[in-house]
Amino acid sequence: MLTVDGLSVRYGRSVRALEEVNLEVAADGVLAVLGGNGAGKSTLLRAVSGTLALHRGTITAGEISFDGERIDKLDPALVVRRGVVGVPEGRQVFARMSVEENLRAGGLGAKTSGERTAARVRVRELFPVLAERADQRAGLLSGGEQQMLAIGRALMSGPRLLLLDEPSLGLAPQLVGRIASVIREIHAQGTAVVLVEQNATMALQVADYAVALEVGRVALSGPAPELAASDEVQHLYLGGHAESDEQAARDRQEAERHRSGRRLARWTA
Amino acid sequence: MGTFFQLVVNGLGKGAVYALLALGFVIIFKATEVINFAHGSLVLVGGYITVITVDDLGFVLAAALGIAAAGVAALLIERLLISRARNADDFALALLTIGVDVVIVEDVFRRLGTTVPYLGAPWDAAPITVAGVTLFRTQLVAMIVGLVLISAFFLAFKFTNWGIAMRAQAENREAAALMGIRSSRVTATAWLVAGALAGVAVLFIVTQDFSGTGLSRSTHAIAFAAFPAAVIGGLDSTAGAVVGGIVVGLTQALTEVYVSIPFAKVAVFLVMLLVLVIKPSGLFGTRELKRV
Repeated sequence: MLTVDGLSVRYGRSVRALEEVNLEVAADGVLAVLGGNGAGKSTLLRAVSGTLALHRGTITAGEISFDGERIDKLDPALVVRRGVVGVPEGRQVFARMSVEENLRAGGLGAKTSGERTAARVRVRELFPVLAERADQRAGLLSGGEQQMLAIGRALMSGPRLLLLDEPSLGLAPQLVGRIASVIREIHAQGTAVVLVEQNATMALQVADYAVALEVGRVALSGPAPELAASDEVQHLYLGGHAESDEQAARDRQEAERHRSGRRLARWTA
Repeated sequence: MGTFFQLVVNGLGKGAVYALLALGFVIIFKATEVINFAHGSLVLVGGYITVITVDDLGFVLAAALGIAAAGVAALLIERLLISRARNADDFALALLTIGVDVVIVEDVFRRLGTTVPYLGAPWDAAPITVAGVTLFRTQLVAMIVGLVLISAFFLAFKFTNWGIAMRAQAENREAAALMGIRSSRVTATAWLVAGALAGVAVLFIVTQDFSGTGLSRSTHAIAFAAFPAAVIGGLDSTAGAVVGGIVVGLTQALTEVYVSIPFAKVAVFLVMLLVLVIKPSGLFGTRELKRV
C-alpha cells in the first residue's frame, strides 16, 4: 500500500535526517517504526505526509508511493485526499477550538459528506469521551483525552492509512494500554497504521511488522514478534530485563557490543 | 451633553471604519503571520477604481467594483509575492509589503495627477438631526455597515468550514496541513476578504464627513490608523481588532474637540503605547509583537 523507496531527507543544507530508507506497509498491516531521539522517525512521517517543507526539510533522493501513485511531491492536503492522514507528535490539537470544532477541522479533508458521517459515527464509538466534551476547549482536556482527540480528528477524513507519531508520549502506563487497544481497534476496522514509537514494548505488541531506525538508516527490520524476541531489540529498545542499575549498565555494554559487531558484519559483508 | 453625544456617535462611526481595516489586518496576520503594511494601499486601490468608474456606472456599481478591486489587489499581492517567499522571515515579508505599499501608492497618485476627487458617496455631507442633535450621516451609515459586515464575518468565522479552516491554520499550521486543510486556499481567501474590507472602508473615509478631503495622501495616512487599532486589540485577535478600531475612533473624535486636531493624531499612538505598556500583546491578543 505504502512504499518508501531509497528515501533520503535533509534539513537545511547539511543536516541529513534519513539515508536511503526502504520500507513497505501492507494494506492491512501495522508497521512499527522504532528508534531513539534523532533517529529520523518523525522525519519519515513528515516525508510521507508532505509536511517536510514546514520544517525546512527536503527529499534529496528516493520516492514515496501510495497505491502505486507517487505522493512525495504532493501538497499535504492532497496526500490527505488520497487517504493518508497523520497524527503529529505531541498531539497538537487546536487548543483554542472546541472538541467538536477540532473534529470538524479533521473532517475538512474528507472527500464526500457520506464519508464524513461514517467517520463521525466511528469516532464517537471509539472515543465516547469526546462526545461528552464536545463543547469544551480542546486545550482543557487531559493529555490522554487530547491524544484521543488527535487520533479522532485524524480519523474524521476516513483515512486508509493512519500515521501515528509517538502517541504514547507523556502518557501514564494505563493510558498507553488504552491507546494500544485503540490502535488495534482502528486496524481491525480496516485502516492500515504506521506507528512511530519510542515505547518499543507497546509498539511491538500492536504491530505485525517493525523497522528500527538508527541515525537515519534502517538498522533492523522484520516481523514484530521476531524482533520482540531478538536479543538485539531486547537490549537496544526494550531495556532488557534489568534487575538493577548494574545489570542495566552491563546490558547497555552488551548491546553496544552487539551494535559494533553488527556494523562490522555489515562492513565485511 | 449634545456635543458629547455627537462626538460619541461620530467616534463610533469612525471606529467602525477603523474596525473594518483592523479586522483585515488581523485576518492577514492570523492566516500568514505577515504584518501587512500595504493595507493602506489597498484602501487607495478601492478608492481609485471607484473614482474612475463612478461617473459611468453610478455609485453602487462603482463601489462594488472598487471593493472587488481592493480584494483582488490583496489576492495578487499574496499570490504573486508572499506565497512565493514561503520560507522568508516574517520581517522580510513585512518589509516586502512596505515596498508594495510605496509602489501602489505612488502609482495611484501618478494616475490621479493633481485631482483630489471624492467618490460620490450618497451619504456624504447630508447631516441628519436626531432629537435636536446634528449627526454626520456618513458615520451613521458606517456604523450600520460595519455592524453588519463584522457580524457576518464573525458568524462565518465561527460556524462555516472556511472559518474552521482559518482558525485551525492560524493556531497550528502543521496540524491543519495534516488535516487536509489547503493552506494556500485559506491564505488566499484571507487576503481577499481583508482587501475587500479595505475597499468598503474607503467609501466612508473619502468623504467630507470623515476626512474632509478627497482621495489623497491623507486617505492613506488615515488608513494607517488601523495599524494602532489592530495593535491595541492584539494583532492575533479578531474581536480585539473591532474593539481596537472603536477605541481609535473614539479617541480621535473626542480629542479632536476637547484637545486639538493635531493632538488627535498623536493621541491614538499614545493610547497604543499605554496599552502596550500594560498588556504587551494587546487587549485581547495572545502573542507579543516582536521588536521590529
